Amino acid sequence: MKNIILFIRQFFNLFLFLILMISCLVILSNHNKTYQAVFYTKANELTGSLGKQYNNVEYYFELKATNEKLVAENASLRNKLLTSFDNPDTSFLLHRDTLQADTLRMIRRFQYLPAKVVNNSVTQENNFITLYRGSKQGVRKDMGVVSPSGIVGKVVVVSENYCRVMSILSRSYKPSGMLKKGLLTGTISWDGKDPRYITLEGIPKSVKVLKGDTVLTSNYSGDFPAGSMVGTIEKIDADAASSYFKLKVKTGTNFLNVQYAYLVENRLLAEQQALESQTPKN
Amino acid sequence: MSSLVKNIIRFAVFILLQAFVFNKVPALHQFIKPYLYFLFILWLPFNLPRPGLLILAFIYGLCYDYLVGTPGLHAACCVLIAYIRPFLISILLPQESTELSYAEPSIKSLGWAPYGIYILILAFLHNSLLVFIEWMRFGDFLFFIGKVSATTALSLLLIFITEMIFPRKGKYRTNAA
Repeated sequence: MKNIILFIRQFFNLFLFLILMISCLVILSNHNKTYQAVFYTKANELTGSLGKQYNNVEYYFELKATNEKLVAENASLRNKLLTSFDNPDTSFLLHRDTLQADTLRMIRRFQYLPAKVVNNSVTQENNFITLYRGSKQGVRKDMGVVSPSGIVGKVVVVSENYCRVMSILSRSYKPSGMLKKGLLTGTISWDGKDPRYITLEGIPKSVKVLKGDTVLTSNYSGDFPAGSMVGTIEKIDADAASSYFKLKVKTGTNFLNVQYAYLVENRLLAEQQALESQTPKN
Repeated sequence: MSSLVKNIIRFAVFILLQAFVFNKVPALHQFIKPYLYFLFILWLPFNLPRPGLLILAFIYGLCYDYLVGTPGLHAACCVLIAYIRPFLISILLPQESTELSYAEPSIKSLGWAPYGIYILILAFLHNSLLVFIEWMRFGDFLFFIGKVSATTALSLLLIFITEMIFPRKGKYRTNAA
């Protein structure tokens, strides 16, 4: 017994080193598995408020670009207004039948919640964005996030006033995307190299793909409304080993200066998932 | 200013500098990533006991990790260099002259060449463990070597620039302190 204590005392530093190192690795692996440690939520609240202070300064420099983006979005929304369309016959009066537009019969599927970006990274292997919206404002885990010009990612951690979004610039997040032309579905991923480009895989070589083609979110991605902008094709790589293309896609969202984003809630997702989990296995 | 107050200020300044300045620099190349925050551990005073050094490095790394959202990753690297540091210092230093008369490692207290080696080895260890953990799942060896060497070179450059901008006086340790 005495020898054991002597042994431990002699190598005390080594043991302390090993204990600390192992606890680091345990923290890291737990973090990667669940993302929802109670402590992390608390820490998120603190670092989120710090990020907000930093963003107050950064926001000022991005004002012009942000403003332009919001104006562009306003313009595209105005173009969709009913009043922007005219009938060919000017004597024809457009009456809107209120009975037809009965709100009771419409089912709201997606609801948008605007949020300010207060912290952002593009240089890690898995990149995260902090938004100034949290559980108090109705944010829940797994909600999708879109910016005015393209999709951003999905919510992984929520605290009272902030939420942490895993952006599509992450190795471990692979949403589903499709080509606007032909509606072919593939997988979106990021190779960890350049924050301006992502990769779309799984498009068969039999299709004609051109540079500049639009990539949208597919009907299978429950987090985002189908047909949300993802980006445009920048480069086409024909992988010789398989019968699929490897398409380099320029992201619609500029992750280097994103300032505002919308949290998207799919109100019917729970119902869809419940139904899918009931399907008999054999 | 006492050594304690000075190190508390450094603790905060290095973390904030790394999280809000160096992490925001757009990457020139996928290999190149500026890391400077671990200089805090290299600058800690000689007379800190080894368990204290390890625990301080652990807390320091974890604070930085919670700010950037990768709990445990940088803490592991900090603990590693904090463990290696005393061995290196005892090899590089003529014991009786410096460790007794100077407070912390610097160009003045170690001399150019030993201080350079001290920084090179610890920066290399820190970056290789960091890249190793990040790339454990992907296993592209060329990428690993390239990223470690490029990151280490950039770290060395940043550390020497820091040394030029903030020359620390080789403060003598006195009995009065």
